[in-house]
Amino acid sequence: MTTTLTKPPAEPVSEPPRRRRRSKASRAGGQLHAGPIAYIILALFTLGSLFPLVWTAIAASRDNQRLAQTPPPLWFGSNLFDKLEIAWTDANMGEAILNTTIVAGISSATVVFMATIAGFAFAKLKFRGRNALMLVVVGTMMVPPQLSVIPLYMMVAELDWSDQLQAVIFPSLVSAFGVFFMRQYLLQALPDEIIEAARVDGASSWRVIWHVVFPTARPAMAVLGMLTFVQVWNDFLWPFLVLTQNGNPTVQVAVAGLGRGFTPDQALIMAGALLGTLPLLLVFAIFGKQIVGGIMQGAVKG
Amino acid sequence: MTTRHDTAAPPEKGGAAPGRPPGDAVSPEAARKRARLSRRWQRDMRWSPYAFVAPFFVFFAAFGLFPLIYTGWASLHSVELTAPTDMAWTGLDNYTRIFDDDFFWNAAKNTLTIGIISTVPQLMMAMGLAHILNYKLRGSTFYRVIMLAPYATSIAAAALVFVLLFGRDYGMINWVLDSVGLGKVDWQNDKWASQFAVSSIVIWRWTGYNALIYLAAMQAIPQDLYESAALDGASRWRQFIHVTLPALRPTILFTVVVSTIGASQLFGEPLLFDANKGASGGGQHQFQTLGLYLYEQGWVNQHLGRASAIAWTMFLILIVIGLVNYVISRRLRASS
Repeated sequence: MTTTLTKPPAEPVSEPPRRRRRSKASRAGGQLHAGPIAYIILALFTLGSLFPLVWTAIAASRDNQRLAQTPPPLWFGSNLFDKLEIAWTDANMGEAILNTTIVAGISSATVVFMATIAGFAFAKLKFRGRNALMLVVVGTMMVPPQLSVIPLYMMVAELDWSDQLQAVIFPSLVSAFGVFFMRQYLLQALPDEIIEAARVDGASSWRVIWHVVFPTARPAMAVLGMLTFVQVWNDFLWPFLVLTQNGNPTVQVAVAGLGRGFTPDQALIMAGALLGTLPLLLVFAIFGKQIVGGIMQGAVKG
Repeated sequence: MTTRHDTAAPPEKGGAAPGRPPGDAVSPEAARKRARLSRRWQRDMRWSPYAFVAPFFVFFAAFGLFPLIYTGWASLHSVELTAPTDMAWTGLDNYTRIFDDDFFWNAAKNTLTIGIISTVPQLMMAMGLAHILNYKLRGSTFYRVIMLAPYATSIAAAALVFVLLFGRDYGMINWVLDSVGLGKVDWQNDKWASQFAVSSIVIWRWTGYNALIYLAAMQAIPQDLYESAALDGASRWRQFIHVTLPALRPTILFTVVVSTIGASQLFGEPLLFDANKGASGGGQHQFQTLGLYLYEQGWVNQHLGRASAIAWTMFLILIVIGLVNYVISRRLRASS
């Protein structure tokens, strides 16, 4: 009590400059309130981001005749559900969405599992060759997987896997980014003391993984799972090479096949593109906040 | 390092015989049991790390490393798409044929120019966008999610919409250009216009994603750097130049590398942008990239060996880019 009573005489002296300094600093740094210009620019970016998507739906709701007129349509017509239905059945979009969900689901679950145990080993266990192997992982991130499509294509031909989903699943299981991501997360999120404590209780490495690592890593596993799901869902080159539209397409193969294939009906093509995009947009609408957080988290550590 | 763990094997402390004080007199049977557990413990400590990283490396070896090396091997052979397992040794023939092909150099040039047209504006806009998103905003999460919507859109869907938007006769963009008196542009056949149109698909899809990465890095900059800069009387613009940009250097380098790799791989966008539905990147190969050229050689002309040589050449180019990047980042680190 006495100290707080004795302080006030000193404070007014020091306070004015400090307050001025603080307000200046807040004006300078990143925490300033945005002005109208900032909001206008954001509105333009929002428009630019959403317009092609909205217009996909507009075009899908029209027909070929209307799309071959100027000015282009700016509002919805009446054909949307007809076109979506045709795309769903005739262009195999329904099957494609199911296929892609299977492929992306298996891939992301496997990638998350493998990346978590490998990331744990790299972050918290000591073993000979650890640094060299980690260097290989980082180097692998720089090599685009697309460079290996030709031997993969030969392998698929040899195994008779064309038009089979496993031809797409297996190559997508290699995720160096995932290993790196989980390692970075576990380095700071998993205290050594907890592992030591589990060891003292006689827990084997597998028990440590099951009872300590997985519970701790759950948020990062969710983020990695979502990022992998999006990436596999949108993967284009390799599925395009081994799957065909009438065989066992993924969404990308079906949409691309629609664009390059049998129909001159632009509205139908747009309906297919819309069907292929909607599932992920839905996921983003629901988990958008977590996905944004995950990308930003990965960025700081990457 | 492993020995430290071996000697500290906890079962001896109580895992095998809970509650028994250490150093107690034990029966020979208990001692054997303890020794067995301790051996198992040592095995676990020594080998389980390898077991944990093994799945990744097995898949990487099978679907990453082996194909990469085998591409190099196949590039020295004549291989046809129709019989991919029949390989005939041709030495460096595939390489000389590619280097003699004008379309290869055309594709290399296009990849470079499209790469620049798509990467530079994309990263600059992402930087500006991140700067704005770093303000205190009402509904900041909303904007961040909206900026990611294009990232959620696939290459195929995006490319097909952009084909229509960039349509010469009935496209939205030409309609706008025409109405404001700028006249129509032939986005398919004009070289620079078509390259710009293909680039715009890339820019649209990735600007928001990169903005989030910059934003994350900006938020990690300590606030007092700005405070002291403000005390020195630096304007907001000068603070951006002298505080924000230097602090973001590693992040910028990272996005440049990632975008460069992405640009060198460009395939789906130019493939689907072609209104003639071929793989030549337009009638005059005006927007054919290396990725598209590889596909044309391998899957349209059915020369897998030649396509392998293209892939391996692209790989070497990437290694050179990686080395340049490494040298630059070392210089930057040394200077700061």
